[in-house]
Amino acid sequence: MSQSLALTVNGRAVTIAVDDPQMPLLYALRNEMGLTGPHFGCGLAQCGACTVHVDGAAIRSCVMPVADAAGKRVVTLEGLGTPENPHKLQSAFIQEQAVQCGYCTNGMIMESAALLERNPRPSADQVKEALANNICRCGTHPRVVAAVLRAAQG
Amino acid sequence: MDRITTDRRSLLKAGGALLVAFVAGGPPRGALAWAEKPVAADRVESFLALESDGRVTVYVGKVDLGTGVRTGFMQIVAEELDIPLGRIRVVEGDTALTPDQGVTYGSLSIQNAGVQLRAAAATLRREVLRRAGDRFSAQPASLRMEEGVVIAPNGRASLAELVGTGRMELAVDTSAPIKSPEERRVVGRAAPRVDIPDKVFGRFEYVHDFKLPGMLHGRPVRPPALGAVAEAVDEASIRHIPGVVRVVHQGAFVGVVAESEWAAIKAARELRVRWSDWNGLPEQARIWEHVKATPVAQVQVTSERGDAPGAVRGATRQLSATYDFGINSHASMGPSCAVAEWKDGRLTTWSASQGTHNLRKQLAMMLAEPVDNVRCIYMEGAGCYGRNGHEDAAADAALLAKAVGRPVRVQWMRHDEHGWDPKGPPHLVELRGGLDAQGNIVGWEAEAWIPKGAGGNVDLVAAELGGLPRENQIHPGNIIHNLAQPYGFPAVKTTCHRLETTPFRPSWIRTPGRMQNTYASECFLDEMAAAAGKDPLELRLSLLPHEEARGREVLERVGRLANWQARPSPQNDRSGEVLRGRGVTFCKYELVRTYVAAVAEVEVNRRTGAIKVTRFLCSHDCGQIINPDGVRAQVEGNVIHTLSRTFKEEMTFDRKAVTSLDWASYQVITFPEIPEIVVDLVDRPTERPWGAGEPAAAVVPSAVGNAIFDATGVRMRSIPFTAAKFRAAAQGV
Repeated sequence: MSQSLALTVNGRAVTIAVDDPQMPLLYALRNEMGLTGPHFGCGLAQCGACTVHVDGAAIRSCVMPVADAAGKRVVTLEGLGTPENPHKLQSAFIQEQAVQCGYCTNGMIMESAALLERNPRPSADQVKEALANNICRCGTHPRVVAAVLRAAQG
Repeated sequence: MDRITTDRRSLLKAGGALLVAFVAGGPPRGALAWAEKPVAADRVESFLALESDGRVTVYVGKVDLGTGVRTGFMQIVAEELDIPLGRIRVVEGDTALTPDQGVTYGSLSIQNAGVQLRAAAATLRREVLRRAGDRFSAQPASLRMEEGVVIAPNGRASLAELVGTGRMELAVDTSAPIKSPEERRVVGRAAPRVDIPDKVFGRFEYVHDFKLPGMLHGRPVRPPALGAVAEAVDEASIRHIPGVVRVVHQGAFVGVVAESEWAAIKAARELRVRWSDWNGLPEQARIWEHVKATPVAQVQVTSERGDAPGAVRGATRQLSATYDFGINSHASMGPSCAVAEWKDGRLTTWSASQGTHNLRKQLAMMLAEPVDNVRCIYMEGAGCYGRNGHEDAAADAALLAKAVGRPVRVQWMRHDEHGWDPKGPPHLVELRGGLDAQGNIVGWEAEAWIPKGAGGNVDLVAAELGGLPRENQIHPGNIIHNLAQPYGFPAVKTTCHRLETTPFRPSWIRTPGRMQNTYASECFLDEMAAAAGKDPLELRLSLLPHEEARGREVLERVGRLANWQARPSPQNDRSGEVLRGRGVTFCKYELVRTYVAAVAEVEVNRRTGAIKVTRFLCSHDCGQIINPDGVRAQVEGNVIHTLSRTFKEEMTFDRKAVTSLDWASYQVITFPEIPEIVVDLVDRPTERPWGAGEPAAAVVPSAVGNAIFDATGVRMRSIPFTAAKFRAAAQGV
């Protein structure tokens, strides 16, 4: 039985029909709404590639049932900023060239954006701690930390 | 930046464009006419297309695996043709459109494909200058090129005008002059990567994001034991899931197809299959005994000078040691993914394959189709660091799409990726060395036990499980290099025992074999230095032959950077709980190219065994540098990726299958564990460019191992270097 859910995604009210309210939010974003900024990495909330903001908190959309996002404000990487109006982290990631394959980048930026909301002037160690559960396999870590610190200063 | 797939589509619609290569038409993507564009690797028109609006499309067979090499290719073309970077677009790894320049591996993209591309662009440059000279009756020396225009004293013409409408045929001349270092404006300078803006705004189209009309979602259902066969599949077990379209079952190949991705995931999870029993894997605890007992297919002596066994036997002092390096997964961030579509009896796949031209042949073989009926198109995925599961996902998708008659997207789950990507095989090296009374090395012997094979086509999982045609060979990558040494030992013999089999389907992972051999050799050289009471850096410098000036230079530079104080290892004061040390390593990659030297600085808690790398310094000479920031990023990536492999990564298994199926059981390096990294690049603009994607990985484990020894006097010889292994090794000291 299909069920209708209303939520706000990147500032727009959205209603989606789902067969299974336990389906993780990630699949609704990627496949129903065409928001492919968040990536599937593990489906286990271990790697961070799928991170989005729900009511301002960075969460792992690969394990959050879509039903739990009903009535909430979801922001994805696409909604955080655009080329015309970039979030300061997005600008900083470009300036620091803090991307290799970029598959983890969504999580790095979304997790860091939540950090900067809590702590606008983090130390390098605080950035590393905040990103300790975000995996990167290409080894962009030093550039990611530099980008977050740059954004915090900007 | 335009997306590549959009590029391809718009390009193919670009009727009336002026092209070096071809005037294209026809429908977009999979359905385009397959054989209209030349792809021979000795033709300029295979690599370059000019359009009337001044844009240039570059076709390369090597692909950007997230390394930024695409931007490097653009710089090379921008330089030779004097075209702004922004007017260049790149099409990579499409068997219908790009030359076959070999698999994207071995740090060869710039070194080989970039140099081929440069020759094509230089040939074209020379040709348009010749034509401009004729057109304007101008002396060659009076012509210059700027922003895609040739300027003569009495006129100007764009490259496209000079090439003219339609097809221009031009053989690549590898002796066509390239720009001199003084003339270069783009190459050798840091260029921002063209893909990064789209990646930070969530607009980049990965293969994971690719969709076709009517596309279904598939998932493989792998056996719980590597050799198990599906004896019965209970399709009723998933009938309650809305949207399930088909269960496909052939031998041990089982897959599900559904209308939605979530339905496919649930179906794969819930499908009841009766699998046969299988327990054919060796015991992990006895893996090295298993390796030593594996039948040897071939004995390869990779270097021999003098009578090394005799020299070691007759030496005043003899040393021996065994080094091992456990099994690694590629463990890509993004599970392997591919889309397959059958249309009019022909197959197109979109995948992040490193080698679409080879994948095409493998798929054709598996499916008993003529090669001409298969087209493989590259799209970026997550970094793969070697041959991971992308090709296998393409094979899964091809079989499932064939069964349902609609396009199918397959994305592996995390447990599929960790469980079924081909593995970096176990690598075992024994070394023996002899010192004379003065502490000089008089003999050096090394023997490696490693699987047979080299680069090649890694068999597709679907073909293997489904009992479909495949080559049935193993290809672990070119893993014999760097067991032979760059040093001038009076007597040396290095031997590779190439094993008939290895427990898991092998393939190459970043710096395959070269890193493991460097690790064992450079650690053992450190053991010899310590036994002789010599400074490890000075010993290396003294052992490098006279002609190795570039090797000495990277060693000297990294020594200066690290403020290296000459003394033997280990350091003297080992009374505290936390001890500090430094270690050095050198590598001349495959003994023929990129020079790397590194110093690692560590802190070791000798009670707990906790090891922290505090700083890692690397001097790197890959000849001519195309994009310095790109090389720097590759060196950083090599260091971090290999620290992860050195300290944390170890695939685990029972007698049936891989058991490290997620990021908790297959741990990788995390942010708090990243040391300060200092990268020192030597640019040699008059030399040929060499690779940078792997060589710096080679020096990591031994630099770290030597630093641990320097700090503590404890020699670690088994990777990963865990705290428990340190404590065990420390008991004997």
